[in-house]
Amino acid sequence: MAAILTIRDLRKTYDGGFQALKGVSLDIEEGEILALLGPNGAGKTTLISTICGITTATSGSVSVGGFDNVGQFRQARALIGLVPQEITLEPFTKVLDTVTFSRGLFGKPAKPALVEDILRKLSLWDKRDSRIMDLSGGMKRRVLIAKALAHEPRILFLDEPTAGVDVELRKDMWEIVRELKADGVTIILTTHYIEEAEAIADRVGVITGGELLLVEEKEQLMARMGQKQLEVQLTAPVEAIPEALSQHNLQIVHGGGALLYTYDARAERTGITTLLNDVAQAGLVLADVQTRESSLEDIFVGLVSGGQAVKDATAGDAA
Amino acid sequence: MNWTAVATIYKAEMARFWRTFLQSFISPVLSTSLYFVVFGSAIGSRIQEVDGVEYGAFIVPGLVMLSVITQSISNASFGIYFPKFIGNIYEILSAPINFLEVVAGFVGAAATKSLFIGTVILCTASLFVDLTVQHPLAMVAFLVLTCLSFSLMGFIIGIWAGNFEQLQLVPLLVVTPLVFLGGSFYSISMLPPVWQTITLFNPVVYLVSGFRWAFFGQADVPVLLSLCAIGGFTLACVGVIWWIFKTGWRIRA
Repeated sequence: MAAILTIRDLRKTYDGGFQALKGVSLDIEEGEILALLGPNGAGKTTLISTICGITTATSGSVSVGGFDNVGQFRQARALIGLVPQEITLEPFTKVLDTVTFSRGLFGKPAKPALVEDILRKLSLWDKRDSRIMDLSGGMKRRVLIAKALAHEPRILFLDEPTAGVDVELRKDMWEIVRELKADGVTIILTTHYIEEAEAIADRVGVITGGELLLVEEKEQLMARMGQKQLEVQLTAPVEAIPEALSQHNLQIVHGGGALLYTYDARAERTGITTLLNDVAQAGLVLADVQTRESSLEDIFVGLVSGGQAVKDATAGDAA
Repeated sequence: MNWTAVATIYKAEMARFWRTFLQSFISPVLSTSLYFVVFGSAIGSRIQEVDGVEYGAFIVPGLVMLSVITQSISNASFGIYFPKFIGNIYEILSAPINFLEVVAGFVGAAATKSLFIGTVILCTASLFVDLTVQHPLAMVAFLVLTCLSFSLMGFIIGIWAGNFEQLQLVPLLVVTPLVFLGGSFYSISMLPPVWQTITLFNPVVYLVSGFRWAFFGQADVPVLLSLCAIGGFTLACVGVIWWIFKTGWRIRA
Protein backbone atom coordinates (compact mmCIF):
# COMPACT_ATOMS: atom_id res chain seq x y z
CA MET A 1 0.00 0.00 0.00
CA ALA A 2 1.09 3.57 -0.63
CA ALA A 3 2.33 5.75 2.21
CA ILE A 4 -0.12 8.53 3.03
CA LEU A 5 2.24 10.14 5.51
CA THR A 6 5.99 10.32 5.04
CA ILE A 7 8.21 11.71 7.77
CA ARG A 8 11.90 12.20 7.09
CA ASP A 9 14.58 12.96 9.67
CA LEU A 10 12.24 15.14 11.71
CA ARG A 11 13.99 17.06 14.45
CA LYS A 12 12.65 19.44 17.03
CA THR A 13 14.71 21.37 19.53
CA TYR A 14 12.74 23.69 21.80
CA ASP A 15 13.98 27.16 22.68
CA GLY A 16 15.29 25.96 26.02
CA GLY A 17 17.56 23.52 24.17
CA PHE A 18 15.49 20.42 24.87
CA GLN A 19 15.66 18.01 21.96
CA ALA A 20 12.17 16.52 21.73
CA LEU A 21 12.66 14.78 18.37
CA LYS A 22 16.03 13.48 17.28
CA GLY A 23 15.60 12.60 13.64
CA VAL A 24 12.38 10.61 13.30
CA SER A 25 11.68 8.93 9.96
CA LEU A 26 8.46 7.03 9.41
CA ASP A 27 6.08 5.97 6.64
CA ILE A 28 2.43 5.47 7.45
CA GLU A 29 0.32 3.49 5.06
CA GLU A 30 -3.17 4.42 4.07
CA GLY A 31 -5.85 2.63 6.06
CA GLU A 32 -3.67 1.30 8.85
CA ILE A 33 -3.81 1.84 12.60
CA LEU A 34 -0.41 2.71 13.95
CA ALA A 35 0.12 2.89 17.68
CA LEU A 36 2.99 4.98 18.90
CA LEU A 37 4.04 3.68 22.26
CA GLY A 38 6.29 5.52 24.59
CA PRO A 39 6.66 6.70 28.15
CA ASN A 40 5.68 10.22 29.18
CA GLY A 41 7.97 12.81 27.62
CA ALA A 42 9.08 10.44 24.85
CA GLY A 43 8.20 12.92 22.11
CA LYS A 44 4.86 11.47 21.01
CA THR A 45 2.86 14.67 21.31
CA THR A 46 5.66 16.77 19.81
CA LEU A 47 5.72 14.42 16.81
CA ILE A 48 1.96 14.79 16.28
CA SER A 49 2.03 18.56 16.88
CA THR A 50 4.79 18.98 14.34
CA ILE A 51 2.96 16.98 11.71
CA CYS A 52 -0.26 18.95 12.31
CA GLY A 53 1.42 22.37 12.22
CA ILE A 54 1.00 23.30 15.88
CA THR A 55 4.74 23.12 16.42
CA THR A 56 7.34 24.05 13.82
CA ALA A 57 10.06 21.51 13.08
CA THR A 58 13.70 22.47 13.53
CA SER A 59 14.57 20.39 10.47
CA GLY A 60 13.29 17.48 8.42
CA SER A 61 10.18 17.09 6.31
CA VAL A 62 6.63 15.83 6.55
CA SER A 63 4.59 14.94 3.50
CA VAL A 64 0.85 14.32 3.85
CA GLY A 65 -0.80 12.68 0.87
CA GLY A 66 2.09 14.00 -1.22
CA PHE A 67 1.80 17.57 0.10
CA ASP A 68 4.55 19.19 2.14
CA ASN A 69 3.12 20.20 5.52
CA VAL A 70 4.82 23.61 5.42
CA GLY A 71 5.00 24.64 1.76
CA GLN A 72 1.59 23.19 0.91
CA PHE A 73 0.05 23.47 4.37
CA ARG A 74 -3.48 24.02 3.10
CA GLN A 75 -3.67 20.76 1.16
CA ALA A 76 -1.68 18.85 3.77
CA ARG A 77 -3.71 20.01 6.79
CA ALA A 78 -7.02 19.46 5.01
CA LEU A 79 -6.26 15.72 5.10
CA ILE A 80 -5.60 15.61 8.83
CA GLY A 81 -7.90 15.46 11.83
CA LEU A 82 -6.46 15.86 15.31
CA VAL A 83 -7.88 14.71 18.61
CA PRO A 84 -5.76 16.31 21.31
CA GLN A 85 -4.76 14.72 24.57
CA GLU A 86 -6.34 17.32 26.81
CA ILE A 87 -10.04 18.12 26.75
CA THR A 88 -9.87 21.55 25.20
CA LEU A 89 -13.40 22.70 24.45
CA GLU A 90 -15.12 26.00 24.95
CA PRO A 91 -17.47 25.24 27.86
CA PHE A 92 -20.37 27.47 26.80
CA THR A 93 -20.82 26.29 23.22
CA LYS A 94 -23.24 23.60 22.15
CA VAL A 95 -22.14 20.25 20.73
CA LEU A 96 -23.64 20.78 17.29
CA ASP A 97 -22.24 24.32 17.05
CA THR A 98 -18.70 23.35 17.96
CA VAL A 99 -18.63 20.44 15.51
CA THR A 100 -20.07 22.64 12.74
CA PHE A 101 -17.44 25.26 13.63
CA SER A 102 -14.64 22.73 13.10
CA ARG A 103 -15.91 21.89 9.62
CA GLY A 104 -16.13 25.55 8.67
CA LEU A 105 -12.65 26.25 10.00
CA PHE A 106 -11.30 23.81 7.44
CA GLY A 107 -13.05 25.75 4.71
CA LYS A 108 -15.64 23.07 4.00
CA PRO A 109 -19.19 24.16 3.19
CA ALA A 110 -21.85 23.23 5.74
CA LYS A 111 -23.08 19.64 5.44
CA PRO A 112 -25.63 19.05 8.20
CA ALA A 113 -26.32 15.45 7.13
CA LEU A 114 -22.66 14.52 7.54
CA VAL A 115 -22.39 16.21 10.93
CA GLU A 116 -25.53 14.40 12.03
CA ASP A 117 -24.07 11.11 10.85
CA ILE A 118 -20.84 11.69 12.79
CA LEU A 119 -22.74 12.68 15.94
CA ARG A 120 -24.99 9.63 15.67
CA LYS A 121 -22.03 7.28 15.25
CA LEU A 122 -20.44 8.76 18.35
CA SER A 123 -23.73 8.58 20.29
CA LEU A 124 -23.80 12.35 20.58
CA TRP A 125 -26.84 13.19 18.51
CA ASP A 126 -29.13 13.29 21.54
CA LYS A 127 -26.73 15.72 23.16
CA ARG A 128 -26.39 18.02 20.14
CA ASP A 129 -28.02 20.95 21.91
CA SER A 130 -26.23 20.42 25.22
CA ARG A 131 -23.55 22.79 26.26
CA ILE A 132 -20.05 21.30 26.57
CA MET A 133 -19.92 22.14 30.27
CA ASP A 134 -22.91 19.89 30.90
CA LEU A 135 -21.31 16.79 29.35
CA SER A 136 -19.44 13.99 31.09
CA GLY A 137 -15.72 13.50 30.51
CA GLY A 138 -16.34 10.61 28.13
CA MET A 139 -18.83 12.63 26.11
CA LYS A 140 -16.35 15.48 25.83
CA ARG A 141 -13.78 13.12 24.39
CA ARG A 142 -16.32 12.00 21.82
CA VAL A 143 -16.99 15.62 20.94
CA LEU A 144 -13.27 16.08 20.31
CA ILE A 145 -13.37 13.12 17.94
CA ALA A 146 -16.47 14.46 16.21
CA LYS A 147 -14.75 17.82 15.73
CA ALA A 148 -11.70 16.13 14.25
CA LEU A 149 -13.86 14.13 11.83
CA ALA A 150 -16.11 17.01 10.77
CA HIS A 151 -13.99 17.99 7.76
CA GLU A 152 -13.74 14.39 6.52
CA PRO A 153 -10.01 13.85 7.10
CA ARG A 154 -8.18 10.86 5.66
CA ILE A 155 -5.78 10.69 8.57
CA LEU A 156 -6.82 10.89 12.18
CA PHE A 157 -4.40 11.52 15.02
CA LEU A 158 -5.54 10.44 18.44
CA ASP A 159 -3.20 11.71 21.10
CA GLU A 160 -3.64 9.50 24.16
CA PRO A 161 -7.36 9.00 23.48
CA THR A 162 -7.96 6.92 26.58
CA ALA A 163 -5.66 8.57 29.10
CA GLY A 164 -7.50 8.69 32.39
CA VAL A 165 -10.76 7.18 31.16
CA ASP A 166 -12.46 4.16 32.71
CA VAL A 167 -12.27 0.66 31.27
CA GLU A 168 -15.73 0.74 29.71
CA LEU A 169 -15.11 3.99 27.90
CA ARG A 170 -11.74 2.74 26.75
CA LYS A 171 -13.38 -0.26 25.13
CA ASP A 172 -15.94 2.08 23.54
CA MET A 173 -13.12 4.18 22.17
CA TRP A 174 -11.43 1.13 20.66
CA GLU A 175 -14.68 0.21 18.98
CA ILE A 176 -14.93 3.71 17.53
CA VAL A 177 -11.37 3.45 16.21
CA ARG A 178 -12.13 0.11 14.57
CA GLU A 179 -15.22 1.57 12.91
CA LEU A 180 -13.21 4.51 11.62
CA LYS A 181 -10.65 2.16 10.16
CA ALA A 182 -13.48 0.27 8.47
CA ASP A 183 -14.53 3.60 6.94
CA GLY A 184 -11.04 3.87 5.44
CA VAL A 185 -9.52 6.41 7.83
CA THR A 186 -5.83 6.04 8.60
CA ILE A 187 -5.31 6.26 12.34
CA ILE A 188 -2.24 7.14 14.31
CA LEU A 189 -2.69 6.95 18.03
CA THR A 190 -0.27 7.57 20.82
CA THR A 191 -0.62 5.71 24.04
CA HIS A 192 1.29 4.50 26.97
CA TYR A 193 -1.19 1.71 27.52
CA ILE A 194 0.31 -1.38 25.95
CA GLU A 195 -3.07 -3.07 26.15
CA GLU A 196 -4.43 -0.44 23.80
CA ALA A 197 -1.81 -0.99 21.13
CA GLU A 198 -2.18 -4.73 21.51
CA ALA A 199 -5.94 -4.54 21.12
CA ILE A 200 -6.33 -2.31 18.09
CA ALA A 201 -3.07 -1.53 16.27
CA ASP A 202 -1.88 -3.03 13.01
CA ARG A 203 1.62 -1.72 13.55
CA VAL A 204 3.41 -0.56 16.64
CA GLY A 205 6.08 2.10 16.84
CA VAL A 206 8.11 2.52 19.98
CA ILE A 207 9.37 6.00 20.71
CA THR A 208 11.50 7.10 23.60
CA GLY A 209 13.82 10.02 24.22
CA GLY A 210 12.75 11.59 20.90
CA GLU A 211 13.87 8.57 18.88
CA LEU A 212 11.81 5.97 17.11
CA LEU A 213 13.30 2.70 18.33
CA LEU A 214 11.34 0.55 15.92
CA VAL A 215 8.17 0.27 13.88
CA GLU A 216 6.88 -3.17 13.16
CA GLU A 217 3.75 -5.18 12.47
CA LYS A 218 2.28 -5.92 15.87
CA GLU A 219 2.11 -9.68 15.26
CA GLN A 220 5.65 -9.80 13.91
CA LEU A 221 6.95 -7.76 16.77
CA MET A 222 5.37 -10.07 19.27
CA ALA A 223 6.62 -13.11 17.43
CA ARG A 224 10.11 -11.73 16.98
CA MET A 225 10.57 -10.33 20.41
CA GLY A 226 8.21 -12.64 22.23
CA GLN A 227 9.45 -15.19 24.62
CA LYS A 228 7.47 -17.98 26.17
CA GLN A 229 7.66 -19.17 29.69
CA LEU A 230 6.90 -22.60 31.09
CA GLU A 231 6.00 -22.83 34.72
CA VAL A 232 6.62 -26.22 36.26
CA GLN A 233 4.69 -26.53 39.51
CA LEU A 234 6.02 -29.05 41.99
CA THR A 235 4.25 -31.15 44.61
CA ALA A 236 7.03 -30.45 47.12
CA PRO A 237 8.89 -27.14 47.19
CA VAL A 238 12.64 -26.99 46.52
CA GLU A 239 15.14 -24.66 48.16
CA ALA A 240 17.61 -24.56 45.28
CA ILE A 241 17.73 -25.63 41.68
CA PRO A 242 18.91 -29.25 41.71
CA GLU A 243 22.35 -29.90 40.21
CA ALA A 244 20.85 -32.06 37.47
CA LEU A 245 18.86 -29.07 36.18
CA SER A 246 21.60 -26.43 36.32
CA GLN A 247 22.14 -26.48 32.54
CA HIS A 248 18.58 -25.18 32.01
CA ASN A 249 17.61 -21.51 32.17
CA LEU A 250 15.51 -21.82 35.33
CA GLN A 251 14.29 -19.58 38.09
CA ILE A 252 12.69 -20.55 41.35
CA VAL A 253 9.29 -18.94 41.84
CA HIS A 254 6.40 -19.12 44.32
CA GLY A 255 8.79 -19.70 47.23
CA GLY A 256 10.22 -22.84 45.66
CA GLY A 257 6.84 -24.22 44.69
CA ALA A 258 7.55 -23.88 40.97
CA LEU A 259 10.35 -23.59 38.44
CA LEU A 260 10.10 -21.04 35.65
CA TYR A 261 11.67 -21.90 32.31
CA THR A 262 12.09 -19.14 29.69
CA TYR A 263 12.55 -20.20 26.08
CA ASP A 264 12.30 -18.97 22.54
CA ALA A 265 9.07 -20.31 21.08
CA ARG A 266 10.36 -19.93 17.52
CA ALA A 267 13.55 -21.91 18.08
CA GLU A 268 13.92 -25.29 16.41
CA ARG A 269 14.38 -26.91 19.77
CA THR A 270 12.63 -25.40 22.72
CA GLY A 271 14.36 -27.72 25.19
CA ILE A 272 11.08 -28.55 26.88
CA THR A 273 11.33 -32.33 26.43
CA THR A 274 14.86 -32.45 27.84
CA LEU A 275 13.85 -30.22 30.72
CA LEU A 276 10.87 -32.35 31.67
CA ASN A 277 12.99 -35.52 31.43
CA ASP A 278 15.64 -33.94 33.64
CA VAL A 279 13.02 -32.81 36.14
CA ALA A 280 11.82 -36.42 36.43
CA GLN A 281 15.44 -37.65 36.66
CA ALA A 282 16.07 -35.21 39.49
CA GLY A 283 13.29 -36.91 41.41
CA LEU A 284 10.90 -33.95 41.36
CA VAL A 285 7.19 -34.65 41.02
CA LEU A 286 5.12 -32.38 38.75
CA ALA A 287 1.87 -30.99 40.10
CA ASP A 288 1.04 -28.97 37.00
CA VAL A 289 2.60 -27.18 34.03
CA GLN A 290 1.51 -24.02 32.28
CA THR A 291 2.94 -21.76 29.61
CA ARG A 292 2.45 -18.09 28.95
CA GLU A 293 3.49 -15.73 26.16
CA SER A 294 5.16 -12.43 26.90
CA SER A 295 2.84 -9.51 26.27
CA LEU A 296 3.58 -6.39 24.32
CA GLU A 297 4.12 -4.77 27.67
CA ASP A 298 7.04 -7.07 28.48
CA ILE A 299 8.48 -6.32 25.06
CA PHE A 300 7.99 -2.62 25.55
CA VAL A 301 9.64 -2.53 28.95
CA GLY A 302 12.55 -4.49 27.51
CA LEU A 303 12.84 -2.12 24.58
CA VAL A 304 12.67 1.10 26.52
CA SER A 305 15.08 -0.05 29.19
CA GLY A 306 17.32 -1.66 26.56
CA GLY A 307 17.10 1.60 24.59
CA GLN A 308 19.89 2.10 22.17
CA ALA A 309 21.07 -1.50 22.11
CA VAL A 310 17.74 -2.64 20.70
CA LYS A 311 17.74 0.16 18.15
CA ASP A 312 21.16 -0.91 16.94
CA ALA A 313 20.07 -4.51 16.72
CA THR A 314 16.96 -3.51 14.74
CA ALA A 315 19.00 -1.37 12.38
CA GLY A 316 21.27 -4.35 11.88
CA ASP A 317 18.29 -6.56 11.04
CA ALA A 318 16.96 -4.03 8.56
CA ALA A 319 20.33 -3.82 6.85
CA MET B 1 -8.42 33.27 0.88
CA ASN B 2 -10.36 30.66 2.79
CA TRP B 3 -13.49 32.79 3.20
CA THR B 4 -15.50 29.96 4.73
CA ALA B 5 -12.98 29.76 7.56
CA VAL B 6 -13.01 33.54 8.02
CA ALA B 7 -16.80 33.54 8.20
CA THR B 8 -16.73 30.60 10.62
CA ILE B 9 -14.40 32.36 13.06
CA TYR B 10 -16.34 35.61 12.65
CA LYS B 11 -19.68 33.97 13.35
CA ALA B 12 -18.37 32.05 16.36
CA GLU B 13 -16.93 35.24 17.84
CA MET B 14 -20.14 37.16 17.18
CA ALA B 15 -22.12 34.34 18.80
CA ARG B 16 -20.31 35.10 22.06
CA PHE B 17 -21.39 38.72 21.66
CA TRP B 18 -25.04 37.80 21.13
CA ARG B 19 -24.95 35.45 24.11
CA THR B 20 -24.14 38.42 26.32
CA PHE B 21 -26.09 40.89 24.23
CA LEU B 22 -27.95 42.54 27.07
CA GLN B 23 -24.74 43.22 28.90
CA SER B 24 -23.05 44.41 25.69
CA PHE B 25 -25.93 46.75 24.99
CA ILE B 26 -26.93 48.03 28.40
CA SER B 27 -23.49 48.74 29.78
CA PRO B 28 -22.46 51.36 27.16
CA VAL B 29 -25.93 52.95 27.29
CA LEU B 30 -25.75 53.19 31.05
CA SER B 31 -22.19 54.51 31.22
CA THR B 32 -22.85 57.08 28.50
CA SER B 33 -25.98 58.26 30.27
CA LEU B 34 -23.97 58.62 33.49
CA TYR B 35 -21.32 60.68 31.72
CA PHE B 36 -24.01 62.98 30.41
CA VAL B 37 -25.67 63.31 33.78
CA VAL B 38 -22.34 64.21 35.38
CA PHE B 39 -20.51 66.13 32.66
CA GLY B 40 -23.40 67.30 30.56
CA SER B 41 -25.83 68.46 33.23
CA ALA B 42 -24.18 68.71 36.63
CA ILE B 43 -20.76 70.05 35.67
CA GLY B 44 -21.24 70.88 32.01
CA SER B 45 -23.88 73.53 32.70
CA ARG B 46 -21.21 75.52 34.56
CA ILE B 47 -18.63 75.14 31.80
CA GLN B 48 -18.49 77.61 28.95
CA GLU B 49 -18.81 76.55 25.37
CA VAL B 50 -15.62 75.03 23.96
CA ASP B 51 -14.66 76.44 20.56
CA GLY B 52 -18.24 77.54 20.12
CA VAL B 53 -19.68 74.10 20.90
CA GLU B 54 -21.82 73.39 23.94
CA TYR B 55 -19.75 71.31 26.39
CA GLY B 56 -22.26 68.45 26.49
CA ALA B 57 -22.00 68.02 22.72
CA PHE B 58 -18.25 68.69 22.72
CA ILE B 59 -17.51 65.58 24.77
CA VAL B 60 -19.56 63.20 22.59
CA PRO B 61 -16.79 62.33 20.11
CA GLY B 62 -14.31 61.79 22.97
CA LEU B 63 -16.82 59.67 24.82
CA VAL B 64 -17.42 57.49 21.76
CA MET B 65 -13.67 57.14 21.22
CA LEU B 66 -13.13 56.21 24.87
CA SER B 67 -15.64 53.37 24.66
CA VAL B 68 -14.72 52.23 21.19
CA ILE B 69 -11.01 52.05 21.99
CA THR B 70 -11.44 50.18 25.27
CA GLN B 71 -14.10 47.85 23.82
CA SER B 72 -12.02 47.07 20.73
CA ILE B 73 -9.02 46.15 22.82
CA SER B 74 -10.94 44.12 25.34
CA ASN B 75 -13.03 42.24 22.73
CA ALA B 76 -10.12 41.35 20.48
CA SER B 77 -7.67 40.50 23.25
CA PHE B 78 -10.19 38.28 25.01
CA GLY B 79 -11.26 36.68 21.71
CA ILE B 80 -7.81 35.28 20.97
CA TYR B 81 -6.66 34.84 24.57
CA PHE B 82 -9.63 32.63 25.48
CA PRO B 83 -8.75 29.80 23.05
CA LYS B 84 -5.15 30.09 24.19
CA PHE B 85 -6.26 29.77 27.80
CA ILE B 86 -8.65 26.86 27.18
CA GLY B 87 -6.26 25.18 24.76
CA ASN B 88 -8.58 24.93 21.76
CA ILE B 89 -6.28 27.22 19.80
CA TYR B 90 -4.80 23.93 18.55
CA GLU B 91 -7.72 23.80 16.16
CA ILE B 92 -6.90 27.14 14.60
CA LEU B 93 -3.19 26.35 14.38
CA SER B 94 -3.81 23.00 12.68
CA ALA B 95 -6.48 24.26 10.26
CA PRO B 96 -5.62 25.06 6.64
CA ILE B 97 -5.78 28.81 7.19
CA ASN B 98 -3.17 31.56 7.14
CA PHE B 99 -2.63 34.49 9.49
CA LEU B 100 -4.68 36.91 7.40
CA GLU B 101 -7.72 34.67 7.64
CA VAL B 102 -7.33 34.19 11.39
CA VAL B 103 -6.94 37.94 11.91
CA ALA B 104 -9.81 38.78 9.58
CA GLY B 105 -12.14 36.51 11.58
CA PHE B 106 -11.14 37.56 15.09
CA VAL B 107 -10.41 41.24 14.47
CA GLY B 108 -13.36 41.61 12.12
CA ALA B 109 -15.71 40.37 14.84
CA ALA B 110 -14.10 42.49 17.57
CA ALA B 111 -14.28 45.59 15.37
CA THR B 112 -17.93 44.87 14.53
CA LYS B 113 -18.81 44.65 18.21
CA SER B 114 -17.15 47.96 19.07
CA LEU B 115 -18.67 49.59 16.00
CA PHE B 116 -22.04 48.48 17.30
CA ILE B 117 -21.29 49.88 20.75
CA GLY B 118 -20.02 53.16 19.24
CA THR B 119 -23.27 53.50 17.35
CA VAL B 120 -25.31 52.76 20.46
CA ILE B 121 -23.43 55.48 22.34
CA LEU B 122 -23.97 57.99 19.55
CA CYS B 123 -27.68 57.23 19.55
CA THR B 124 -27.83 57.54 23.34
CA ALA B 125 -25.91 60.82 23.21
CA SER B 126 -28.31 62.24 20.66
CA LEU B 127 -31.05 61.83 23.25
CA PHE B 128 -29.21 64.22 25.59
CA VAL B 129 -27.70 66.80 23.25
CA ASP B 130 -28.23 68.22 19.79
CA LEU B 131 -25.71 66.47 17.61
CA THR B 132 -24.77 67.66 14.16
CA VAL B 133 -22.35 65.79 11.98
CA GLN B 134 -20.72 68.09 9.46
CA HIS B 135 -18.67 65.40 7.71
CA PRO B 136 -20.60 62.11 8.01
CA LEU B 137 -18.26 60.14 5.72
CA ALA B 138 -15.20 61.22 7.68
CA MET B 139 -17.04 60.38 10.90
CA VAL B 140 -17.75 56.84 9.72
CA ALA B 141 -14.20 56.46 8.40
CA PHE B 142 -12.64 57.55 11.71
CA LEU B 143 -14.97 55.32 13.66
CA VAL B 144 -14.34 52.25 11.51
CA LEU B 145 -10.57 52.79 11.41
CA THR B 146 -10.42 53.25 15.18
CA CYS B 147 -12.44 50.06 15.77
CA LEU B 148 -10.18 48.20 13.37
CA SER B 149 -6.82 49.48 14.54
CA PHE B 150 -7.51 49.04 18.25
CA SER B 151 -8.98 45.59 17.64
CA LEU B 152 -5.69 44.73 15.92
CA MET B 153 -3.86 46.08 18.95
CA GLY B 154 -6.12 44.05 21.23
CA PHE B 155 -5.35 40.94 19.18
CA ILE B 156 -1.63 41.53 19.78
CA ILE B 157 -2.23 41.99 23.52
CA GLY B 158 -4.26 38.77 23.60
CA ILE B 159 -1.42 36.82 22.00
CA TRP B 160 1.17 38.45 24.23
CA ALA B 161 -0.75 37.93 27.49
CA GLY B 162 0.28 34.92 29.53
CA ASN B 163 -2.52 35.31 32.09
CA PHE B 164 -5.67 37.28 32.78
CA GLU B 165 -3.76 39.90 34.74
CA GLN B 166 -1.55 40.73 31.77
CA LEU B 167 -4.65 40.87 29.62
CA GLN B 168 -5.84 43.82 31.71
CA LEU B 169 -2.43 45.40 32.18
CA VAL B 170 -1.98 47.31 28.92
CA PRO B 171 -5.58 48.60 28.69
CA LEU B 172 -5.44 49.71 32.32
CA LEU B 173 -1.97 51.21 32.54
CA VAL B 174 -1.45 52.51 29.02
CA VAL B 175 -4.64 52.89 27.05
CA THR B 176 -6.98 54.40 29.66
CA PRO B 177 -4.52 57.19 30.65
CA LEU B 178 -3.78 57.92 26.98
CA VAL B 179 -7.48 58.19 26.18
CA PHE B 180 -8.28 60.38 29.17
CA LEU B 181 -5.28 62.62 28.49
CA GLY B 182 -5.94 62.61 24.74
CA GLY B 183 -8.42 65.46 24.76
CA SER B 184 -11.55 63.34 25.08
CA PHE B 185 -13.09 65.80 27.53
CA TYR B 186 -11.22 69.00 26.69
CA SER B 187 -9.63 70.83 23.81
CA ILE B 188 -5.85 70.75 23.97
CA SER B 189 -5.88 74.48 23.35
CA MET B 190 -7.12 74.72 26.97
CA LEU B 191 -3.76 73.35 28.22
CA PRO B 192 -0.63 75.36 29.07
CA PRO B 193 1.77 75.57 26.07
CA VAL B 194 4.23 72.98 27.45
CA TRP B 195 1.49 70.41 27.93
CA GLN B 196 0.13 71.15 24.48
CA THR B 197 3.49 70.04 23.04
CA ILE B 198 3.72 66.98 25.28
CA THR B 199 0.17 65.99 24.40
CA LEU B 200 1.08 65.82 20.72
CA PHE B 201 3.06 62.64 21.50
CA ASN B 202 -0.17 60.96 22.55
CA PRO B 203 -1.57 59.11 19.50
CA VAL B 204 -5.12 59.27 20.85
CA VAL B 205 -5.08 63.07 20.45
CA TYR B 206 -5.06 62.62 16.67
CA LEU B 207 -8.01 60.20 16.76
CA VAL B 208 -10.18 62.33 19.02
CA SER B 209 -9.27 65.48 17.13
CA GLY B 210 -10.07 63.97 13.73
CA PHE B 211 -13.28 62.42 14.98
CA ARG B 212 -14.37 65.69 16.60
CA TRP B 213 -13.61 67.56 13.37
CA ALA B 214 -16.06 65.25 11.56
CA PHE B 215 -18.77 66.49 13.95
CA PHE B 216 -18.02 70.16 14.51
CA GLY B 217 -15.52 71.09 11.81
CA GLN B 218 -12.91 72.04 14.42
CA ALA B 219 -9.71 70.13 15.16
CA ASP B 220 -6.73 70.38 17.49
CA VAL B 221 -4.42 68.96 14.83
CA PRO B 222 -4.78 68.89 11.01
CA VAL B 223 -7.30 66.29 9.86
CA LEU B 224 -4.93 64.79 7.33
CA LEU B 225 -2.41 64.25 10.09
CA SER B 226 -5.11 62.49 12.10
CA LEU B 227 -5.88 60.19 9.17
CA CYS B 228 -2.19 59.47 8.61
CA ALA B 229 -1.73 58.72 12.31
CA ILE B 230 -4.53 56.20 12.45
CA GLY B 231 -3.56 54.70 9.09
CA GLY B 232 0.04 54.35 10.24
CA PHE B 233 -1.04 52.79 13.52
CA THR B 234 -3.22 50.27 11.67
CA LEU B 235 -0.35 49.30 9.39
CA ALA B 236 2.04 48.98 12.32
CA CYS B 237 -0.37 46.59 14.06
CA VAL B 238 -0.79 44.51 10.89
CA GLY B 239 3.02 44.36 10.63
CA VAL B 240 3.39 43.14 14.21
CA ILE B 241 0.70 40.48 13.70
CA TRP B 242 2.32 39.32 10.49
CA TRP B 243 5.60 38.95 12.38
CA ILE B 244 3.84 37.06 15.21
CA PHE B 245 2.44 34.49 12.80
CA LYS B 246 5.68 34.25 10.84
CA THR B 247 7.75 33.52 13.92
CA GLY B 248 5.02 31.78 15.90
CA TRP B 249 5.78 34.07 18.85
CA ARG B 250 3.74 33.00 21.89
CA ILE B 251 1.42 30.84 19.81
CA ARG B 252 3.45 28.17 18.03
CA ALA B 253 6.34 26.43 19.79
